[in-house]
Amino acid sequence: MSEARYFVPQPSPWPPLAALGLALTLGGIAHLLHGGSWLLMASGSLVLILAVTGWFSAVIAEGRSGRYNAQVDRSFRLGMAWFIFSEVLLFAGFFGALFYIREFAIPWLGGYGDKGAAHLLWPHFVSQWPLLEFPSDADFQVPKAAMGPTGIPAVNTAILLLSGLTVTLAHWSLKRDARDRLVRWLAVTIALGVVFLGLQAHEYLFAYQELGLTLKSGVYGSTFFMLTGFHGMHVTIGLIMLTVILARVLAGHFAPRSHFGFEAVSLYWHFVDLVWLALYVFVYWI
Amino acid sequence: MSEILSGTGGAISGTEAALHHGRPRGWWRWLVTTNHKDIGTLYLVFSLIMLFAGGALALLIRAELFEPGLQLVQPDLYNALVTMHGLTMIFLVIMPALVGLANWQIPLMIGAPDMALPRINNWSFWLLPCAAVLLWSGFLLPRGGPNAGWTFYAPLSSTYGPPSIDFMIFAIHALGVSSVLGAINIIVTTLNLRAPSMRLRDMPLFVWTWLITAFLLVLAMPVLAAVATMVLTDRHFGTSFFIAAGGGDPVLFQHVFWFFGHPEVYIMILPAFGVISEVIPAFARKPLFGRISMILAVIAIAFLSVIVWAHHMFTVGMPVTGQLFFMYATAVIAIPTGIKVFNWIATLWQGSLSFETPMLWALSFVFLFTVGGLSGVMLANVPADYQYQDTYFVVAHLHYVLVTGSLFAIIAAIYFWLPKWTGHRFDERLGQLHFWLSVVSVNLTFFPMHFAGLAGMPRRIPDYALQFADFNLVASIGAFVFGFSQLIFLWVIVKTVRGGEPAGERPWEGARGLEWTLASPPPYHSFELPPSPETVAAEGPLAYGIAESDAKPDEVTR
Repeated sequence: MSEARYFVPQPSPWPPLAALGLALTLGGIAHLLHGGSWLLMASGSLVLILAVTGWFSAVIAEGRSGRYNAQVDRSFRLGMAWFIFSEVLLFAGFFGALFYIREFAIPWLGGYGDKGAAHLLWPHFVSQWPLLEFPSDADFQVPKAAMGPTGIPAVNTAILLLSGLTVTLAHWSLKRDARDRLVRWLAVTIALGVVFLGLQAHEYLFAYQELGLTLKSGVYGSTFFMLTGFHGMHVTIGLIMLTVILARVLAGHFAPRSHFGFEAVSLYWHFVDLVWLALYVFVYWI
Repeated sequence: MSEILSGTGGAISGTEAALHHGRPRGWWRWLVTTNHKDIGTLYLVFSLIMLFAGGALALLIRAELFEPGLQLVQPDLYNALVTMHGLTMIFLVIMPALVGLANWQIPLMIGAPDMALPRINNWSFWLLPCAAVLLWSGFLLPRGGPNAGWTFYAPLSSTYGPPSIDFMIFAIHALGVSSVLGAINIIVTTLNLRAPSMRLRDMPLFVWTWLITAFLLVLAMPVLAAVATMVLTDRHFGTSFFIAAGGGDPVLFQHVFWFFGHPEVYIMILPAFGVISEVIPAFARKPLFGRISMILAVIAIAFLSVIVWAHHMFTVGMPVTGQLFFMYATAVIAIPTGIKVFNWIATLWQGSLSFETPMLWALSFVFLFTVGGLSGVMLANVPADYQYQDTYFVVAHLHYVLVTGSLFAIIAAIYFWLPKWTGHRFDERLGQLHFWLSVVSVNLTFFPMHFAGLAGMPRRIPDYALQFADFNLVASIGAFVFGFSQLIFLWVIVKTVRGGEPAGERPWEGARGLEWTLASPPPYHSFELPPSPETVAAEGPLAYGIAESDAKPDEVTR
């Protein structure tokens, strides 16, 4: 445990700038939702990107100059682990909503269970999942069919699992200082991620254009797009981080025994992978 | 060997020059600071400003309720006042104040140089004023500020909410990022930067309670972000999470919200327990009674807090099985909470008590928080709750635990550690005046609400029937006295910061803990070297010269 030398960073302008950027972005989205211009949001995002870039550059420079000791490394690792734990809880909120709707809300509306009296609201409604007929059709887009587990979702599951394998192969290569193989496996991981996102986009188009399954398709559409959409957002963030890591590898960063940045991103990628597995089982399959 | 390594990367040239021992000056210093004491001060000052802002809203509410009828504000504005009072007090006063205390105290109490992630610490703070602006900007928008209550139940917030609800949702997102990162920082600091010879079980109770609170924050805040996002998409993107016609359920909102909301209650009270567990031993000049049971009780409360959320919604239409489960689970919380209260009392037993200002606040906490705890046991009872739900009884209960609970503990903490932070003793007579005015007026404000509530007065309504007039008149007078008494607090703080008798290292001779081994105010990098095992032992559970296992009441004063 004992380190006589502590590391404490100097004052930094990046965090307050990042706070400003995030606030402008969020306020800008709210502004946009009420018919405002997108300029506020765009400028906020620019400030945020600038701040995050500056901040990470500073951390990378400090790390490469050898100022971080084992204690700082542990702080970063613990921080990343707890951050991923908070992300798990974010998805738990959405999954919890899905389970509540499937186990309680829909059966009750259909007249089953302890609160089946809800059936009196819409007596013709039949409890079902996926929900293809709504208690009331007004204002909703009725989908022709639900998303099945075969086809693209199955392929995508294989792709993401494979990418989890390739990022681990990249990690092993890094540990053995095999830089060529490291670059190759990282590039393959990124390519698999891009293909996943492409297929996901294709599936969204298919849902909107062919199936009539949209965000407005009752609570089935809501949960489907919310869960897969948030996951897709996380894949996108993961891809950006993997790309930065690849650029850093090409610039000669990371040593076989010291590469926290790589490990953090790899951990994040595995987390995104696991969320997909839960999604595949509970959203597409059963 | 003992130097603090300096990170320079990223700092712009102006600060680059002020390396190592120098640091930026003026307002720029506060903007770019990575120092735990600076950031702690920012949190506390921000929280104090927002206390007066949220208090002004409360006084507007009490002015309207001074007598029956609609005098000052129309119902829509009244709803916005109630909503904004709650959101402000919870997210912009109590939580930032507790995080501010954590920032100041945790590194001092565990023998660390600073927080583990100082830049993230800065970000966590500066997100708060940004979120406050987003939240309060609602008052300027068409149809006024957020008016769905601080709990923003669907469909009040989703189908019927004004545009300001969107700004509130994004403010909640920013606050969520701030809280989660702040909590991660506290966990990492506690686990990784503790003095090498300080075992987990020897940590001060304030640090223990914050460690557990931080865990609850990381657990609960993302769920709040999730539910706020679902309200947002229901409002703008056609989803039907909370619309029964599309297969959703408005009750789903309440479940997800309270899965966050109930741990949130304990997020606001557990660090307060920690403060009281520091203050009472100092002024009883005895070790805390039952240290280990205190820690276990906090862990038990934290665990239970995650499985009792639906006791906020007994009347919403839940299966009986659910009601029974949540009733029993809630009632069980009384056991670990009782352990804490009895341990504080046992700590006082045969102690060499003295009654300086921090002790007065701490003792009133023990009494008045217990009042709130007991009304909580009443509310946990399903059949009784059918009567109490949405009445002023609930308002009385939650203000006893949040005002005379959390807020009183925060004030106790500030009086306790202010001499350490500023290097000056505060004016004891003013502190006592502040205490007595507050403790009388706070009871005048909130105690009558129990009776009004039991007699059936509903909460969140700007007008009321004539029979409630006397209770409300008393409560309003009490509220104004309580509100203006806090100006004395402001005065004491300003006076102490500006000067006063030097505090010395240990202004309270009965206080033990690593923070009292440092100068007042402490050096810029609190501990440049980890404190020695001897120091840690002397200030830890073995302080007062007796082993914890021997700390039986009848042996202590001999």
